[in-house]
Amino acid sequence: MSTISLKIEFGGGLELLFANQRSHRIDIPALVPVSAPSAAGPLSTDEQESQKKPADVTYLLYWLRDNLLKEREELFMEHGTVRPGVLVLINDTDWELEGEGDYQLKNNDEIVFISTLHGG
Amino acid sequence: MPPRLCALCHAVRAILKRPKTGQQICKECFFYVFETEIHNTVTEAKLFKPGDRVAIGASGGKDSTVLAHVMKTLNERYSYGLDLFLLSIDEGITGYRDDSLETVKRNQQQYDMPLKILSYDELYGWTMDAIVTQIGKKNNCTFCGVFRRQALDRGAAILNVDHIVTGHNADDIAETVLMNIMRGDIARLGRCTSICTQGEDTIKRSKPFKYAYEKEIVMYAYFKKLDYFSTECIYSPDAYRGHARAFLKDLEVSRPSAIIDIIHSGEAFEIKEDVKATQKSQQTCRRCGYMSSNELCKACTLLEGLERGMAHAVATDRGRKKLDADDHAPENLRTIPFFQLPASSRPNSTAPIEAAS
Ligand SMILES: [Zn+2]
Ligand SMILES: [Zn+2]
Repeated sequence: MSTISLKIEFGGGLELLFANQRSHRIDIPALVPVSAPSAAGPLSTDEQESQKKPADVTYLLYWLRDNLLKEREELFMEHGTVRPGVLVLINDTDWELEGEGDYQLKNNDEIVFISTLHGG
Repeated sequence: MPPRLCALCHAVRAILKRPKTGQQICKECFFYVFETEIHNTVTEAKLFKPGDRVAIGASGGKDSTVLAHVMKTLNERYSYGLDLFLLSIDEGITGYRDDSLETVKRNQQQYDMPLKILSYDELYGWTMDAIVTQIGKKNNCTFCGVFRRQALDRGAAILNVDHIVTGHNADDIAETVLMNIMRGDIARLGRCTSICTQGEDTIKRSKPFKYAYEKEIVMYAYFKKLDYFSTECIYSPDAYRGHARAFLKDLEVSRPSAIIDIIHSGEAFEIKEDVKATQKSQQTCRRCGYMSSNELCKACTLLEGLERGMAHAVATDRGRKKLDADDHAPENLRTIPFFQLPASSRPNSTAPIEAAS
């Protein structure tokens, strides 16, 4: 199965939820089942079989939650997206300009998550 | 998808969507508009006069770090003629404030500004660690808030500055507006949105980031690679404020202008004269000379409570009044050094800095 390699950075206190480590290198599958959680919601069971889609940022959020997050997931994710107040940058660009969760990940993409909720 | 060009210069790829306007802009244009809006806020409110000595309340966190950077930039770009200082309060919280003060010390080098650190320990004889040991985690924010406010004024007096600027941003102010509404505190509602507060004998305080969104402050720090510290205070279980903040962030997702709209609502509440009349007039604390609305200032009352081992009683308004009426401070009670305003905070006649016409 082909994979893509990503560089993940956490900042603004969010790293505390990820073993206090700011920088991570991860490999995720390039194609994921369409039944994987996405912003569009789950598909019915007969649609799911054999269908694949390129991994997107929403898939990545669940992947990070399930594989890297160590504590208090409610401070990272809410309603299938990042918790309000968490900024996301895709290759140093505001994810709001890149389609947010629907952005299709490419090999060597760099995704940065920064909490705005800590400290003054 | 083709890259979107910056809506301002039309030459470079956009990297940020501005929450206030939805505009998509490039990095350099973002720096420029962010800084220019702060400059406009400062000049429209006539916050400074040439020659003013200004302390930046610096915690090492994102807001005050960006504020120090922007104040230095604007002071040079527009020749404000300000003497800038960093003023930090060391509450004495192991593993939190000691680390963030290291950030402030690096900022001192990076921004080439004199730094004054004033600790609760030297001022009050109590660190927050010691206070929490005595009173537990409940109510400790009351102590910390009262002590910090007075410590900032005293630090400003030591630095002989005219003015303290703090990093409170639009999100913070909107959050405070919401909390005052939820508490029914009408008197504070209008006041909490004012960009500058100055009573008759207090040191001027202002909030140059009043209209700056938290998202942009954090993005600015990120793209400028500013060095800041971001860990939650280990003693701050202010759940009420946390709910207000979460609610505000939810509103912002569905409508980004909500933050500015809430600030404008707060501004629109004018305090009627009869409400104002019930607010107490200011006097000075008979024990330490700090401004106070009672015989004893809040810090002296709280300190006496700690010293006499009855801190819980003084953490409430009723307890404070009782202690205030009971005028028998024990001998040898630890007190706060006598407070005097800096000489320079008397009004002078220099014209404020305004935008070039
Ligand atoms: Zn531009
Ligand atoms: Zn006092």
